[in-house]
Amino acid sequence: MARRKSLAVWKFASCDGCQLAVLDGVDELLALAGAVDIAYFLEASKAKVEGPYDLSLVEGSITTEHDARRIREVRGASERVVTIGACATAGGIQGLRNDADADDFARAVYPRPEELAYLPSSTAIGQHVLVDFEVRGCPVNPRQVREVVGAYLAGRHPQISAASVCTDCKRRGLPCVMVAHGTPCLGPVTQAGCGALCPACDRGCYGCYGPMEAPRTAALAAWWRELGVSEADIARAFRTFNADAPAFREEARRHGG
Amino acid sequence: MDVGAAYRVPATELNVLVAALDDAGYAVWGPTIRNEAVVVDRLDDAANLPHGRRTVQAGGRYRLDATGDARVFACVHGADSWKRLLHPPKVRLWRCTRDADGALDFAGDEPAEPRPMAFFGVRGCDLAAIRRLDDVFDRAAAPDPVYEARRNGLFVVAVECAEPGGTCFCASMGTGPQVERGFDWRLTELDDADGHRFLVGAGSALGAELLAPLALAPATAADETARRRQGEGAVMGRALDTAGLGEALVARRESGYFEQVAERCLGCTNCTMVCPTCFCTTVEDTSDLAGTTAEQHRLWDSCFTLGFSYVNGGTVREGGPARYRQWLLHKLATWWDQFDACGCVGCGRCITWCPVGIDITAEAAALRAEPVP
Repeated sequence: MARRKSLAVWKFASCDGCQLAVLDGVDELLALAGAVDIAYFLEASKAKVEGPYDLSLVEGSITTEHDARRIREVRGASERVVTIGACATAGGIQGLRNDADADDFARAVYPRPEELAYLPSSTAIGQHVLVDFEVRGCPVNPRQVREVVGAYLAGRHPQISAASVCTDCKRRGLPCVMVAHGTPCLGPVTQAGCGALCPACDRGCYGCYGPMEAPRTAALAAWWRELGVSEADIARAFRTFNADAPAFREEARRHGG
Repeated sequence: MDVGAAYRVPATELNVLVAALDDAGYAVWGPTIRNEAVVVDRLDDAANLPHGRRTVQAGGRYRLDATGDARVFACVHGADSWKRLLHPPKVRLWRCTRDADGALDFAGDEPAEPRPMAFFGVRGCDLAAIRRLDDVFDRAAAPDPVYEARRNGLFVVAVECAEPGGTCFCASMGTGPQVERGFDWRLTELDDADGHRFLVGAGSALGAELLAPLALAPATAADETARRRQGEGAVMGRALDTAGLGEALVARRESGYFEQVAERCLGCTNCTMVCPTCFCTTVEDTSDLAGTTAEQHRLWDSCFTLGFSYVNGGTVREGGPARYRQWLLHKLATWWDQFDACGCVGCGRCITWCPVGIDITAEAAALRAEPVP
């Protein structure tokens, strides 16, 4: 029987929520532990096995010089690199600094900001090294992580849709919150993957999974205006966990955000 | 067969019909209200039908309003259609397991519900949509097993619309509001000086057989007149000029007009998901982490996704204009070539449930008014 593949999970600038989502999906985690050697996953185990690694899952964005060097080491030690979550794929909520002055944020939060060493922007892993696949979400859906790992082990393409949240929403038979209730929803421009979690709770989509394929953000924003949403609120909606994803960033800028 | 003699069912006795279907062994499904929209769900009691409500529908807008009376079927459909039950959004086609010696064991698709289904309250548009799906899944020559397992033995209770919705145009498509065939029972709801009541007539031998033991009072000539007048008086929210429409649209397939529509279109797939005749699917192959189980699923897909027209090397219909054109022309023009019918039945769902209110009747009319390039 072939050698079991080794898996490493790395953290960069992030809240750890995506690693926790993987840990929280107990069935997924047990299946994962049974299928691969978990060589490096500090959130789950203090055991560390030296690289190289067959598959690295990377959480978090690049916000320091140190991390910019470290991600290149991770890439060099990994056959495949898969990013997990909005920070790693789009810079995360900390990407809000990219359209602002990071020093202002630092002064507002820390008593002695001069002791911090940080980059002026928060960037996606893909802006630093080659990424083989991106798993979206804030946080990720553990089932999608399992699917990507399973596809890698089986040597097949991951079954991850790049179409809108609406595809899942309608397959579930949920009444559209925007059409039936007038609730602004980012679902029509956001990539599926959560299973239409918020519309299932009568809430509009917050865009956690970032822009879908060919997102038509301007057309959606025009309709939101008809629903009575202010320019500032439209900008704010696009400036959350995926603020630095190009399609959302450009739409927010069009509304003064 | 012709619709048999109609009978009267007092408004308070409607559940007699639901119970008769249940007694005959059917799993009865019907419209009900969930989260302020009409959905299709299991119907245990006629009391769960949307009494006293009507839908207020416009492009991208759907609300429920009170009628101020006790009518059950004043409330037309929501986004849901019977397609969900006959052609499920996700169905497992097969599962394969591998044992320790490497031997493979294949199991078939997911079994349909063991009891045959009865649909209670199928509107004219949706009745036509089921006929379209029958064509697509080729009931006559090579039936699709997933569809056939659900369609076979289906009992259809049609209902005639008295109050079509604001985006309805079945009259243009010749599918309603009154219905003459394709059902086992036909219901008409009347609420006039003679009181609130239903007329029920059988449209099949089985329908007649199930009505007989109920010992209902025959409808009167006045009831029949009221039924006819009600149908004639139904006001459509939309209209579509279908004369020569397919040819006119195909002639304008290179029109720059599609660019204009694509400016507004989100490519979100809602129109196709809610369309009761859109049937396209994708197939997903998955395997577990241990490599011992593989499954294949069939899921609703849409011609508005990039993956839909992806072939080796890229997506054929990359741009929004090409994707909207594909949908519009298939629905209103090339469906005729494929199935000798129109792919649109005039239910108006794609108009109401488009998040930005794109209106197929308005777009078709506007495209038709464009010069032939």
